[in-house]
Amino acid sequence: MEHYLSLFIRSIFIENLALSFFLGMCTYLAVSKKIETALGLGVAVILVQAITLPANNLIYQFLLKDGALAWAGYPDVDLSFLGLISFIGVIAAMVQILEMAMDKYTPVLYNALGIFLPLITVNCAILGGTLFMVERDYNFTESVVYGVGSGFGWALAITAIAGIREKLKYSDVPDGLQGLGITFITAGLMALGFMAFSGIQL
Amino acid sequence: MASEAKSNVLDPLIDTNPITLQVLGVCSALAVTTNMMAALMMSIALTTVTAFSGLLISSIRNHIPSTIRIIVQMTIIASLVIVVDQLLKAYAYEASKQLSVFVGLIITNCIVLGRAEAYAMKNPPMLSFLDGIGNGLGYSLILMVVAFFRELLGAGKLFGIQVIPVANEGGWYIPNGLMLLPPSAFFVIGLLIWAIRSWKKEQVEAADYQIHQVHRTEVL
Repeated sequence: MEHYLSLFIRSIFIENLALSFFLGMCTYLAVSKKIETALGLGVAVILVQAITLPANNLIYQFLLKDGALAWAGYPDVDLSFLGLISFIGVIAAMVQILEMAMDKYTPVLYNALGIFLPLITVNCAILGGTLFMVERDYNFTESVVYGVGSGFGWALAITAIAGIREKLKYSDVPDGLQGLGITFITAGLMALGFMAFSGIQL
Repeated sequence: MASEAKSNVLDPLIDTNPITLQVLGVCSALAVTTNMMAALMMSIALTTVTAFSGLLISSIRNHIPSTIRIIVQMTIIASLVIVVDQLLKAYAYEASKQLSVFVGLIITNCIVLGRAEAYAMKNPPMLSFLDGIGNGLGYSLILMVVAFFRELLGAGKLFGIQVIPVANEGGWYIPNGLMLLPPSAFFVIGLLIWAIRSWKKEQVEAADYQIHQVHRTEVL
């Protein structure tokens, strides 16, 4: 239990996908103008992450890994080169399902997210999470914990920067830095701050 | 037609740059810009994938049902990335060793899917191909500029060749280690955006909230 708890905390703060690994930056910078939108997107990422990571974990464990097809009578088959395309296939399918569900049940959020909802598919945070899961050889339970934790960490980071940007619009920024420019600088400062977590051992 | 083709290639360089204006493909711009060689290989790979995914997706755009379009687009893009990866392994093995992670990352680069969604789904193949090349070049331009500053200030090198003698090898320049850490990429891109928008005034974003137009030292 303690192991899972420390994995959860580590995936939120120390190994924050957005601020320590710089994954999912496009969406992070573009959809962080309002806290509500950022929160909505954060929830969507947690959802997608919590579904796709365990799903990809099962696919990897039982179909792709070296010797994983032993149960089907092919102990010598190594399909891990197909990893990238199967993972992205699962992610794309999940996002498409989520998009259709959102269009039906929460049209306001659907319209607010616009092009960035399909872009969750290419949110590096999602594929990055899956690749980290494969690299670190997590088992099924760990992949569930890591999926929720890393999604939560990303949601936390985007909500935090949205909060900063809501206040920032009242400040007197030089013309050329207005909007995107100052957001980059702010994100850089936040990243410096999050580097302070990197020394913590759990 | 001819003028649209020309503007498809030239506009994304500065006027509608994918990174500094459309906010697409930022992740890899932060990750691969610590040295110029990696940035150059990444730029070539990404431009190729963007151009051909535009061409292919656009040529079958009328046959893709809109509800499953993302999966179709992702399959095309992932296949192209695998082709590029295999080509690099066959003909430029050393470079592919250095790039292995980054080539896979092209699949999740927002520029490719962003342009497929926003342009290739609505326009004919040749124009989409040129649009892909233009956006790839715009991305490459930013990558090369950022990598130039980070490698020069962080290690005193350009393309791996020492151009400024660094202090621990008897030179005068003390390398700035921060430039090799990811946060510096944010700062360099931020400053670059400032420079571009000071030159191209029309890209300046309108302030959400207008501060009182009185000089600040005066009483409001």
